[in-house]
Amino acid sequence: MSTTEQPAVTAQQPWSHANVGQTTAGEQEMKPRSETTAEELMREIGSVLRMSEAEAAQLGDLPDDPDDDQTMIINMGPQHPSTHGVLRLMLELQGETVLRCKPIIGYLHTGMEKTGEQLTFMQGGTNVTRMDYLSPFNNELAFSMATEKLLGIDGDIPERAVWMRMLLSELNRMSSHLLFLATNGMDLGAVSMMIYGWREREEVLRFFQKVTGLRMNHNFIRPGGLAADLPPGWRDDVLRLLDLIPERLEEYDILMTGQPIWRERLQGVGVITPDEAIALGANGPILRSTGVPWDLRRDMPYLKYDEVDFDVIVGTYGDAYDRYAIRLNEVRESMKIVRQILDRMPQGDYRIQDKKVTPPPRARIDESMEALIHHFKIFTEGFKVPEGEVYVGIESPRGEIGCYIASDGSPTPYRMHMRAPSFANIQCLPHMLRGGLVADAVAIISSTDPVLGDVDR
Amino acid sequence: MSDIDNDTDAPEISAEIPTVHDCIAGESCGQTVVFPTREQYVDLVKKLADDGYSMIIDLCGVDYLEYMDRPLPDDIVAERFEVVVNLLDITHRRRIRLRVQVPEAEPTIPTLFDVHPGAEAYERETYDMFGVVFTEHPDMTRILMPEDWVGHPLRKDYAVGKIPVQFKGAHS
Repeated sequence: MSTTEQPAVTAQQPWSHANVGQTTAGEQEMKPRSETTAEELMREIGSVLRMSEAEAAQLGDLPDDPDDDQTMIINMGPQHPSTHGVLRLMLELQGETVLRCKPIIGYLHTGMEKTGEQLTFMQGGTNVTRMDYLSPFNNELAFSMATEKLLGIDGDIPERAVWMRMLLSELNRMSSHLLFLATNGMDLGAVSMMIYGWREREEVLRFFQKVTGLRMNHNFIRPGGLAADLPPGWRDDVLRLLDLIPERLEEYDILMTGQPIWRERLQGVGVITPDEAIALGANGPILRSTGVPWDLRRDMPYLKYDEVDFDVIVGTYGDAYDRYAIRLNEVRESMKIVRQILDRMPQGDYRIQDKKVTPPPRARIDESMEALIHHFKIFTEGFKVPEGEVYVGIESPRGEIGCYIASDGSPTPYRMHMRAPSFANIQCLPHMLRGGLVADAVAIISSTDPVLGDVDR
Repeated sequence: MSDIDNDTDAPEISAEIPTVHDCIAGESCGQTVVFPTREQYVDLVKKLADDGYSMIIDLCGVDYLEYMDRPLPDDIVAERFEVVVNLLDITHRRRIRLRVQVPEAEPTIPTLFDVHPGAEAYERETYDMFGVVFTEHPDMTRILMPEDWVGHPLRKDYAVGKIPVQFKGAHS
């Protein structure tokens, strides 16, 4: 990323192109406030609210054009502990009031979509699982489901594989939300909450480690099914989790939910209306906190979510407290789902027996030359996926995570794009922060639960 | 498809060439895809928003430089770039996808900011990665790459590994 390299690179111009000249980037900075006309102000917030220009100009809570010496621009992040990684916020402050905010992202951009074009569909899971590193199973699931839809085998995945996928993604939702509770507590000064949240998450991750061998970045859900079956004794481990976590959640309620300081810090902070959330494409707990009951698990069911019973938790006020309460209760709903999965987990195969996408079992390789060749071909060349393009969206802990794949019939995706929930949710920050206090900014960032690996990819 | 095609007045003709609001439509893996031209694009999104597609879920670019012979409906001329928009209707629980052809010679397309303010960041990302310029966009700057970066990384003629990585203190 070193800018000093630029002249040398420009001289080579391996991608030299007529348009490069027209596409100079400009500065990623806020324009001076004096240049913000009423029309622009309307575009900034008015178009979300569908206001007239006159109404937008009269948004009286903020000074129209304060003198320069009254406002100050500060950068929050990219290395601020409360920005959850490397998010940088440019804040324009007047005293302690945030007038405007601009999130600046890209510090963690590693070109994973470009990398995805180099990897086969077989290897793709290793790549996508690192995007939203707090919900790796959901990334893998979106990618696998998109690949399966292109292959036309999405209806043939064995029952056990489907229920296993559900089990893992629900446990993943729990671990992700538990981490949110930890960081949300820490951001607001409930430092002991950080330890508790991490502790419970670690219990879930321990189960993941037993199943997949890794705590994070599993690459376990793959096109066609899963990498392996559940290990012996998995049921007892899950039951242990289901015994352990409910009482811990009760403790969280005592520590935070009913506590006056916690409520004072969160209630009415970072309010967003349903119209704003929909216009900004925000999803997941942010949209649900405004009272819109939208959950892909219920509204556009995938896997077997239409066969399990759970509630979609919605808020009323669209504030940070609602978002906290929604996530806390979604842990409970996930446990409800996991319980039903335990009852209904069928026996059978954990991956599709389609010679095209499934490598032969290890034992066959020792006895059959064809199996060895087949195994070798699948892992070196990969399997070919028919031409076409597809979009699959699923409900991750942060909202809709979608995978758009365009295939040219080769074993690698021609284009692989992930619709990252955090990327969309972070664009709500300017609206939530506007007119609030800078101390509340920390609470608001935390309440959107961004994962910067997901934002920047 | 069925609930969208209701408003075409001549069903026997539209059976041959399916359309959505006079734009050629198709189908991919059971998902509705519409192919508006750049002129029809914003109008179509507005009409779809009136139909209930109130949320923009995703907007991304694709560079079809090495895959110009991709399957497209007969009347659509393949261009190098495509802007792909996924819209969601949370009332009727349905999705629709738009694929707009954007020529290499003039990689511009109108912005959706006035209809869906949420498109703003996606359009910046598409500009950053592909160099497709969204006209009338309020802030057409790079979003992921450094602001003085040259080139657009997700283009197919932008090779992987072209930028030398510097390791501090490495012996050569």
